[in-house]
Amino acid sequence: MRRLDALQAVYPELERCVVVTIMGAVAAELQSIGHRPNFFYLQHAMGLASSVGLGIALGRPELQVVVFDGDGSLLMNLGGLTTLARYRPRNLVHVVFDNESLLSVGGFPTATSTGSDLAEIAKAAGVPHTATVRGLEEFREAFLAAQKRDDLTTLVAKTDAVGPSGYVTDLSLLENRYEFARHLKQLGRGE
Amino acid sequence: MLSASFTPYSLAVPVSVESSTAIYRALKETGVRIVSALPETWLVHLIRMAEDDDEMTLVRLAKEEEGVGISTGAHLAGVKSAMLMQNHGFLAAINGIVSCGQLYRIPLLMLISQRGSFGEQDPWQCEGGGVTEHVLEALRIPFDRLEAAEHVGKRIAKAQTLAHSASRPVALLLCRDLMWDD
Repeated sequence: MRRLDALQAVYPELERCVVVTIMGAVAAELQSIGHRPNFFYLQHAMGLASSVGLGIALGRPELQVVVFDGDGSLLMNLGGLTTLARYRPRNLVHVVFDNESLLSVGGFPTATSTGSDLAEIAKAAGVPHTATVRGLEEFREAFLAAQKRDDLTTLVAKTDAVGPSGYVTDLSLLENRYEFARHLKQLGRGE
Repeated sequence: MLSASFTPYSLAVPVSVESSTAIYRALKETGVRIVSALPETWLVHLIRMAEDDDEMTLVRLAKEEEGVGISTGAHLAGVKSAMLMQNHGFLAAINGIVSCGQLYRIPLLMLISQRGSFGEQDPWQCEGGGVTEHVLEALRIPFDRLEAAEHVGKRIAKAQTLAHSASRPVALLLCRDLMWDD
């Protein structure tokens, strides 16, 4: 499964959500499908996308939050999984694209390539619903089920280690940040 | 099971309840609704106050850098927050502060217990105190020291104001003379 295809498969569902992504390929590919004001791309601070998602989910329980994480990023903040599980935001779906490599910096293999299982780690951390999926339709169905579940889910999607040719887009970091915050403020006014 | 003679560590050390109460009150007056924290001795009363307060969400962290992400998310969602940590926790959180808080111009309000200054009795706490202010300066993070009760309300309010007007992380150092009744 290509990550780009996985993003395409759930893209229509993201319109009514608040989306936080990690840097690099995930951010560039989601933007290539189509940027929306409810998408925030954390273009550095590896590991913190899930923590940013938790901050949004706790601060605004009425919002549906989706985090697109990666194996390299999540491995940098495994402790954050225990915090996520501890506060169990029911309005957060945590997707981990696991291509078993640090693709954006040369494709060096991560520990998931030698057997570390992120869904099992999440489960052992206390995340109530976890799964690993490998096929596109399986991913789409698991994502839709997680959205309907009204409980915290960590969904690990095994993807091919392929990505875009470049990662810099014409959306500046601060433009994205202020647009996103303004959009969330408007959502609070029921607009 | 704890033995009957167990005394919670927090009760055995003279952390100032009065100063902790003043700090907590000041945080609430500036609109803070989410507090992230990693327990440390000087922060025990503050953490308990946040835990006991229905109007506050306390997020207990595994590591301080997570707090940067949580406060960033809270800010983007329109909610004011504060981070409670020891200076060694601040040192552990620096990449997040730089590559999330500063890169994205997030008004982080960091309350940092300044361990390792004059009067410190724990040998393992003595290294961080000597570098904390230099690191804050190197990172160009505006900071002030809370050393006495009369500093608390005004400086916390002013720190919160600057954090939001500058849209940048700011820090307040919780100093020994304020936090410790000895």
